[in-house]
Amino acid sequence: MLNFTIRRLFVAIPTIFFLVIACFFLMHLAPGGPFTSERPLPPAVLANIEARYGLDQPLWKQLWDYLTNIVLHFDFGPSFVFKDRDVNDIIAQGFPISLTYGSLSFLAASIVGISLGIAAAIRHNTWIDYFAVSLGILAQALPNFIMGPILILTFTLWLGWLPGGGWYGGQWQYLIMPVIALSTSFMGSIARITRSSMLEVMNANFIRTARAKGLPERTVIWRHAMKPTLLPVISYLGPVFVYVLTGSVFVDLYFSTGGLGQSFVNSALSRDYAVLLGVTILYGSLTVAVNLLTDLSYAWFDPKIRY
Amino acid sequence: MTHTSKFTIAALLASTMLAGPVFADGHVPAGVTLAADQTFTYRVLDEHSSVDPQVVEDVTGSEIVRDLFEGLMNQDADGNLVPGVATGFEVNDDNTVYTFTLRDNAKWSNGEPVTAGDFVFAWQRAADPALSSPYQWFIELMSIANAADIIAGDKPTADLGVRAIDDLTFEVTLSAPLPYFPQMTTHATTFPAPRAVIEEFGADWTKPENIVSNGAYILTEHLPMERSVRERNPMYWDNDNTIIEKVVALVINDENVALTRFQAGELDRTEVPAGQFPRLSVEYPGVAISFPRLCNYYYTFNLSDSGPEAFKDVRVRQALALAVDRKIITENVLAGGQPEAYTFTPAAVAGFTPPATDMEGMTQEERNAKAVELMAEAGYGPDNPLTFDMIYNTSEAHNKIAVAMSQMWKQTLGVEATLANLEWKVFLETRGNQDFELARGAWCGDYNEASTFLDLLDSSSGYNDGKYNNAALDGLLADAKMSTDASDLYTQVEGIIAEEMPVIPIYHYAGVYMMDSDVGNWPVGNVEQNWYSKNLYKIAE
Repeated sequence: MLNFTIRRLFVAIPTIFFLVIACFFLMHLAPGGPFTSERPLPPAVLANIEARYGLDQPLWKQLWDYLTNIVLHFDFGPSFVFKDRDVNDIIAQGFPISLTYGSLSFLAASIVGISLGIAAAIRHNTWIDYFAVSLGILAQALPNFIMGPILILTFTLWLGWLPGGGWYGGQWQYLIMPVIALSTSFMGSIARITRSSMLEVMNANFIRTARAKGLPERTVIWRHAMKPTLLPVISYLGPVFVYVLTGSVFVDLYFSTGGLGQSFVNSALSRDYAVLLGVTILYGSLTVAVNLLTDLSYAWFDPKIRY
Repeated sequence: MTHTSKFTIAALLASTMLAGPVFADGHVPAGVTLAADQTFTYRVLDEHSSVDPQVVEDVTGSEIVRDLFEGLMNQDADGNLVPGVATGFEVNDDNTVYTFTLRDNAKWSNGEPVTAGDFVFAWQRAADPALSSPYQWFIELMSIANAADIIAGDKPTADLGVRAIDDLTFEVTLSAPLPYFPQMTTHATTFPAPRAVIEEFGADWTKPENIVSNGAYILTEHLPMERSVRERNPMYWDNDNTIIEKVVALVINDENVALTRFQAGELDRTEVPAGQFPRLSVEYPGVAISFPRLCNYYYTFNLSDSGPEAFKDVRVRQALALAVDRKIITENVLAGGQPEAYTFTPAAVAGFTPPATDMEGMTQEERNAKAVELMAEAGYGPDNPLTFDMIYNTSEAHNKIAVAMSQMWKQTLGVEATLANLEWKVFLETRGNQDFELARGAWCGDYNEASTFLDLLDSSSGYNDGKYNNAALDGLLADAKMSTDASDLYTQVEGIIAEEMPVIPIYHYAGVYMMDSDVGNWPVGNVEQNWYSKNLYKIAE
C-alpha cells in the first residue's frame, strides 16, 4: 500500500507538469492577450507593459521563468487584471472560501444523499422508496445555476429571511444558500446511486447467507451490506469533491461569495495567464490527490482489492 | 497677459459659504430630513482592477478612486468643472502653459499637506515605463510636453512638462494647445499620489491597512470579488460638508440577482437589466430612472482592402443604414429609454450640435423606400442578393439587436446577413485585424467633448477598425484640435459621416438604474456619470 502510494505520487508530478505545459500553450494559442481591449493600447505603451511582465520574451523562456519562480520562490506570478494583487494573494483569499462552502456542500450532499438512498433501498417499493426516488430525481434536475435564482427569490425577496449574497467571513446566514444550491443536484445523484447499489447488494449471495445464519436485519445491513454498497458511491464522490470546489463558478457569481471558482472562468476569458495557470495547478493537484485517496479508500471498503 | 479663470471666482464664492452650519452647503435642499444612517450601498458588475489612481483602468475602479483621491478639478452634478485641490488656474496666451493654484488646506489622510510636488510625482509616475500603466496613453493624450518620448523610453520621466513652482503652484506645459485640457484633470490618472507611502509599501500601498489618500473617503475594507468599503476621511479639507459616512460597493456579477437584492432592500443602486425598464418604471415610479450617457453603439463596415467590394459602394452603406428601424431596437429590444442614433456623437455631448441629417427627418417607410432604391442602383436585388457576415461579441443583448437588424435587412432589401458571435478577446482580435465584414462597435467618451468620439474615424486612429479614410474629415478634426470653439467643425464632420456612412449608428446609451428614492443628489445630468459620494445624501424615510 505504501509502495502504491509512493508510485502514484511519483506519477502525479509529471501529470501536473504536463497539465501546466498543455495549459500554458493552449492559453497562448487563444486569440487576443491580456492587454487586448476595446481601445487598443499605443504600441509604445503595450511594449512597456509586455516588457514589465516578460511577455516580450519567447514562449519557452516565459514558461521556464514561470516554473523556476514557482519552484524557487513559490511565486505564481502577477495578475494582469487585478493590479493590486498577485496570484498568491488571489488563491489565498479565494480558496479558503471555496473550500469552506464546497466541503459543507459535499458533506450535506453525501449525508443526505446516502441516507435517502439507503432508506429507499431498505423500504423498496414502499412510499418511502417512491418519495426518496422522486426527491432524488427532482434534486438531480436542479443544478446550482437553477437553484441559485430560485433560492434568492424565495429566501431573500419573498420571505426576507436570508441576505442575498456576500460572504462576511463565512457567517452561517451567508452560507446556507450557497451550500444548498451547490449540494442539491449531487445529493440527488448520490441518493440514486446508493439506492441501486444497495438493491443489488441486498440480492447478493452473501446477504442471503447472512440472513440464513439468522442475523438480525439491522446487522445484515450495517455490517454486511454497507461497505459493498458504498463502493460505487465512493468512486462517484471523488470527482464530486473536486467538482464542488472547481464547479462553484455559478455559486460565486450568484452569491458573490468571493470564492475561487469564478477566477477559473474569468481568468480564461480575460487571458489573465498567471491566474489561470495558478488555479489550474491548484485544481490539478487537488484532482490527483483526491483520486489517490479514492483509490486507497477502495481497499478499506472492499477486502478483495489489494495494492 | 494671462487671464484668471472663472474657477478662481467660483472657489472664492464657495469658500465664503463654508462658514455656514454643517449640511447647509447647498447640496441638501431645505425641508429635507437626513436619514440617521448615511450609508450608500451600490452594486458593481465586477471586481475593480485597482485603486491606484495611475494604474486604474476600469469604470468601477475609477468610481472608487474618485472618492478616495481628489484631483486638481472636480465635476459638478452637470459635469461642469469645479475646484478640487486646485482653487483655479491660469493659462498663457497660446494655451500651452497652465498654472494651477492649490488650496493650502488640502491634506492627505495621514495629515500631511497635499503639495504641487505630489502632482508632479503622480503625473511622472503615470508616464513612467517602469510602472507601465495602461493609462500612459492618457498622459500622451493630454499633450503634456515630452510625454510621448518618456513613454517610448527616450527621455527620463523628469523631463515631463510638469513642475512645482512652489508647494501650492503646479505648472503644466503642453506640446500643443488643447482646448479641453482642464476637463482632463478630473480623470483618475491625474490624481495625486503619496510618494512616501508608495516608496515604503511598493505595490501593497493600496491595501486598506497601508493606503493614504487625499479624497473625501478612505478605503477601510476590501474583500476582493465580494465588496469594498470606504469611509469618511476626517482629514479631507471639505469634510464638514460631506454627508455620506460610508460607501459600500458590492460585487454582484448577475444583474438579475442584483435587481432581486435591490428589491429586498440590500442595495441603494443597481442597473436595470435590458428590456425590464418598462415593467419596473410602472412598478417603481421614480425609482427606475433613465438618462442619457456618453456612449454610442454602432456597426462598422470594413473599408480596408480585406473588406468586401460591396461595402466600398456608398449606396450600399447608405441603404443598410437606412433600413435599420432604430425605433424597434430602442423601444422593443432595449426598452430602457435609449435615444435612437443618426449621428456618431451622442447629442448629450457638451458643445455639440448634431446636424439635421436627411435620415433622421424621414419616416421609416421613406427610409426603406430610399434604401430599396439605392440597393437597386448599386446592382443588388432579388436576382443578385447582397450577402455578408456580421460579427459581435457574445452577449444576449448584442445578439437580439443583430438578429433584429438582419431580419430588417432581409425583409426590406432581401439581404442575407450571416451572424457570428465571438468571445470578447477573439472578437477584438478579429475586428482589430480587419478580419471581418461588418462588426459591432461601441464607445464611451473619455471626456465630455465630441473629439473623443469623432477621433475614432480619423484615418490615423488606432481605434479606426473599419479603416475609414477621408482627408476632409481628418483635416476638420486637425483644425478642431487647434480651435477654441470647435462645435461647428464637429457638426461638419458629422455631416460627412451622414453622407459617407462608414459606420451605422444604432443608438446612444442611457444610464438605466434602479435608484432608491432615499438617495439624494444623484447627478443624472452628468453624462459621463462622474459621481462623487461626498455630494450625495440619504433622506430619512
